[in-house]
Amino acid sequence: MSAITTRSTTLQQRELARSDAMRRKLYPIVMHVIMALAVFVVSFPLIYAFILSTQDSHIGTLVPGNALVKNYQEAWRQANMGLLIRNTLIVALSVAIGKIVLAILGAYALIYFRVRGGMIILGLIMLTHLLPLPVRVVPTYELLTQLDWVNTFQGLTIPFFASATGLLLFQQFFRTVPTDLADAARVDGAGPFRFLISMLIPISRTNIGALFLIEFVYMWNQYLWPLLVANSDQTRQIQIGIKLLVATDAVIEWGTVMAGALMAIIPPLIVLLVLQRSLMTGLTTSTDDL
Amino acid sequence: MATPVFKNRVLPYLLLLPSVALVAVFFLYPAAQSLELSLYRVHRVRDVKIYVGLENFERLFESSVYLNSLKITAIFVVATVLFALAISLALAVGASQPIKGFGVYRTLLIWTYALSPAVAGLIWALLTDPAIGFLTNLLSTFGITFNWRRGQDDALIFIIMAAVWKILGYNILFFLAGLKQIPRDVIEAASLDGANSWTRFWRMVFPLLMPMTLFLLIMNTLYASFDTFGLIDITTQGGPGRATNVLVYNLYNDGFKSTSGIGLASAQSIILLAIVAALTVFQYKFVSRRTFYQ
Repeated sequence: MSAITTRSTTLQQRELARSDAMRRKLYPIVMHVIMALAVFVVSFPLIYAFILSTQDSHIGTLVPGNALVKNYQEAWRQANMGLLIRNTLIVALSVAIGKIVLAILGAYALIYFRVRGGMIILGLIMLTHLLPLPVRVVPTYELLTQLDWVNTFQGLTIPFFASATGLLLFQQFFRTVPTDLADAARVDGAGPFRFLISMLIPISRTNIGALFLIEFVYMWNQYLWPLLVANSDQTRQIQIGIKLLVATDAVIEWGTVMAGALMAIIPPLIVLLVLQRSLMTGLTTSTDDL
Repeated sequence: MATPVFKNRVLPYLLLLPSVALVAVFFLYPAAQSLELSLYRVHRVRDVKIYVGLENFERLFESSVYLNSLKITAIFVVATVLFALAISLALAVGASQPIKGFGVYRTLLIWTYALSPAVAGLIWALLTDPAIGFLTNLLSTFGITFNWRRGQDDALIFIIMAAVWKILGYNILFFLAGLKQIPRDVIEAASLDGANSWTRFWRMVFPLLMPMTLFLLIMNTLYASFDTFGLIDITTQGGPGRATNVLVYNLYNDGFKSTSGIGLASAQSIILLAIVAALTVFQYKFVSRRTFYQ
């Protein structure tokens, strides 16, 4: 009796082990199918937008048309895309670089020097988190008219230069740098700027990359501020240019609009692809607030 | 904090000066002006400025347009944040499974981060275009008519869908970073492969993801409240009727499309400030300053 029970238990166990092995083999395949499907669903709107941007007739079907070149040329011409990309690049690059420089200088001062009232200064800069643009948009616009900065690149960039996020990011990173490094540099006779430029900045590469990605994408996608302060051809930003592409036609030319929209995605997408690893590393090593 | 290394007395203040000056000029001064203007009735063209006390606030809270805007914003923000967090958590957990070749999915799921809310709005406007949209046609084969240009509920659903889609990449990126920080043995013990994986995920993995989830909760709330202006302006423009007239859109119309709304718009700015302040207090209280467990 007992022998039979034992035998049936081992049989059951063997059955279980076999189905377990089956599942272990099947599991990656099932997961691959699920994830491939998920990626397809999430990407479908973009794929559909691309198909549309090739169509001229049969609009809205899933069959690519043969008007790709025509639509992109038309969008490029209608929206003055070359100028839009130039204008937006100027703004996104200067703000990203300006923010990185100011954040590094500020964090450097707070960590490597004795600053009386450092906490107050830090708190003041942190207040920017409390004051997103809509909270102060009317007076900031008035200020810009008083400065005569409407339709200028100063007006599109300088109000964005202060960066609480960047300051925190670099402050946290500088704290993890061994003090021996700075001491050694000082003993070797290096001044504060030599140390900053030849030691600290090179080892901050990853954080600089992460912040550049975040700020470049953020500025490239700005909408409300450029809508208010950049209405000349020479300063108009890409998101507003795309809006005009939709607004000019009584009937929306979807092929052209999608061609324009997709061209507007390319620069931030390139920056994301190049720097995503920096951001991932930056996120998993320091950072608490981005 | 490390002991200061360099002895210079003036230099550190010079290094901090640009940041402090910019914050003072472009943040604190305008914010103070918002506060002041919220107590005045201002006419832009006639150049009149009359002190009216709290009248602007009273008018706002008696206005059905503003109350409706508050209600719509609450629905929009809550729905957007909940769907965005739930979907991106599921996708990030799926993509983080230690299976050969899954790196591809991790890359292919974060790209919507590069999209602007405006472009996301346009792409969804195409998908759900009443005449040619793929999704509209798909829905109509199931007998569902969806028209965000006419239907008020449809319009709200439309901006929620586009807003959720756009933020997925950002959330997945941060969830993946959070998952990467979790010790390997915890992940393996709670692998989706095996019995009770659902329970084990919520008991073992999710608590470790909690700080990241709360951080994203705050960031997504700020995103849905403030950064979706472009999405709305390029598609529904607050309509049909006032179905998608969220707080920021209402403020923009009062502050820039009307000649006498500056005081009213400033009062709305102050209400937004109160909302952000409440969120910040929540963040400091419940989301530890350090989101990562090192």
